[in-house]
Amino acid sequence: MNSPRERILARLKAAPQTAAPLRPDWAPPAYDASARKAKFKAMLEASHADVHEVTAADWPQRLKTILANKGVGNMVYAPATPAGRQLADSWAGSGPELLAYDRPVEDFKEVLVAKADAALTTARGGIAQTGSLVLWPTSDEPRLMSLLPPIHVALVEESSLTDSLAETIRVQGWASGMPTNAVLVSGPSKTADIEQTLAYGVHGPKELIVLLIGKD
Amino acid sequence: MAAEASKMEFGAKAHVALNDPKLRANFRRAMDGLMTKRAAQFADEAEWNALRARGAAARANALAKLPELLEQLEANCLRNGIHVHWAETTAEANAIVLGILEAAGARTVIKGKSMVTEEMHLNAHLEKHGITPVESDLGEYIIQLAGEAPSHIVMPCIHKNKTEIAELFHDKIEGQPYTENVDELTAAARAALRGAFAGADAGISGVNFAVAETGTLVLIENEGNGRLSTTLPPLHIAVTGIEKVLEKLDDVPPLLSLLPRSATGQPITTYVNMISSPRKEGEKDGPKAVHLVLLDNGRSRVHGDTELRDTLRCIRCAACMNHCPVYTRVGGHTYTFTYPGPIGKLLTPQIEGLDCAGDQPHASTLCRACADVCPVQIPIPDLLVRLRTESVRPTQGQAVKGAGSSATTSETLGWKGWTLLYASPLVYRIGTKMLGWFGNLMPSSAPMLKQWTSVRTKPKFAPKSLHELAREKGYCDE
Repeated sequence: MNSPRERILARLKAAPQTAAPLRPDWAPPAYDASARKAKFKAMLEASHADVHEVTAADWPQRLKTILANKGVGNMVYAPATPAGRQLADSWAGSGPELLAYDRPVEDFKEVLVAKADAALTTARGGIAQTGSLVLWPTSDEPRLMSLLPPIHVALVEESSLTDSLAETIRVQGWASGMPTNAVLVSGPSKTADIEQTLAYGVHGPKELIVLLIGKD
Repeated sequence: MAAEASKMEFGAKAHVALNDPKLRANFRRAMDGLMTKRAAQFADEAEWNALRARGAAARANALAKLPELLEQLEANCLRNGIHVHWAETTAEANAIVLGILEAAGARTVIKGKSMVTEEMHLNAHLEKHGITPVESDLGEYIIQLAGEAPSHIVMPCIHKNKTEIAELFHDKIEGQPYTENVDELTAAARAALRGAFAGADAGISGVNFAVAETGTLVLIENEGNGRLSTTLPPLHIAVTGIEKVLEKLDDVPPLLSLLPRSATGQPITTYVNMISSPRKEGEKDGPKAVHLVLLDNGRSRVHGDTELRDTLRCIRCAACMNHCPVYTRVGGHTYTFTYPGPIGKLLTPQIEGLDCAGDQPHASTLCRACADVCPVQIPIPDLLVRLRTESVRPTQGQAVKGAGSSATTSETLGWKGWTLLYASPLVYRIGTKMLGWFGNLMPSSAPMLKQWTSVRTKPKFAPKSLHELAREKGYCDE
């Protein structure tokens, strides 16, 4: 027993055994389709996010208008994703300047940290109970897009909404394989460390814009 | 936390804190707000009861299988490409972290909020070896600027009001004008820390839950600094106590529903990070290496006692301190050690020893407010009573560190006398008679009376005992 690991494990194994308790039944909330969408929107809005209902065809133009109204000059996007391609095709050089996150962060850090005004990512799902976006960043759509620029725009399909995290983990089969990084996002970055006063955008985005793509 | 010297100073520090109106106002305001927000989250009592029963079972299950789950966690982390290190003491953990940083040639470190690294006093250790740690959680950043320790495990700078923070920022951040506007203060911290994030050679974070089933580290936060610390720098070191493990991913949702609602009254934190590996081939960001440091520091000893083991269920929500009539009035710094409030006075003496922090279990009214709000049903008051007993009379078997250290000859003799008095009717009658005659002559500065009478009136002995009064009334059958 010469390593800390062996000594720690030996102590834990020498401890008196107790039976592991059964996990009592517990059911997270469940909603019907219309209540699910309403709850998802209401919870996100309560967390200071803007939610826009869009269609699979019109979202790039809707987004252009939303960003124009905010005076956004540029947006980081993922050129290799279907959403990224649709965006670039639809905007066709109009609207905010598109900055492609197509290289390692070591070569793109300056843009992300200091230059970018906004970034667009897709969401793998949405959770109604807490108004959360489920993001599984990929090599095409890296992690920092949803974190460093002051505005994060997320595309989420209404058909991907679930009632709860427990349901998401079950139906998406998370236990059989987790990605490098999975993240739930429920609103823009915030803090209440100074006198319990809410302030937004302390490190991450100041604004979260959710584009909810309807089922039709 | 050096255990050589006794740090039994709660009483003296509490006295000072109680006479500090600013500190008391800062805590009162904060705790009232947190209690109201938490109560609104758990308005449905049936839901609360079912949820906490499930949460408590998930934690108790993990502790019942702790060694097996740690081995499973390690195996899955290694398979995912996360390096795993084990430390028995805080000194070992500090050496491991320093070793990883030195091997990588890291000079600056950005830190997400982590109470375990506070327990290790990691920042001081790194600074001593020429590495600059920068705290990035706003509250932690504020107290780092002020050179202080956290006074609360969720809201580290809760003891400060915005005037004090405005002065601090004006003083310490170059070019920062004096402002009490919270948005402007927050923006100043964002601006000051952006460069620190971009330039950091490594990020250090804590862990809220470590899932054995998948080798996943769950980290929750509102600011995004946790995500940044674990994504932007090329190296990520996560530090956790060995008790934070969960068996299954399915155990996360109920605990994740309990933790932020109990802590700050939020349905969920803004960010829930689930980290399962370093940057993979082809991925454009994320750290290239991830290390997990598992710290024991007395936890395996706590685990060895099946009753006290419940202490380790804690998910660090701080609801117990938010609702504690003692913590609310004296604040976190009064507790000297890293973890204040009810969970602190339960955990600290077990880790540091009753000989070092044995006064802490006494800093409680046993009102049970902490047990009522604990989302994982830790019977804190019962365990505090157990520690009080242990401090004078060690139990058989695995003893609490420093058990029996508070036993004194005078107290032992006192209780022996008491036993004698109550076992013999004759001695009892003589004794009570004597106290009736001479007891009131005892000055309030007498050894056994001094502490009691410092905050209370000295009790008066009646000239006649209850027995005598009863007999006079004609009750002859005692």
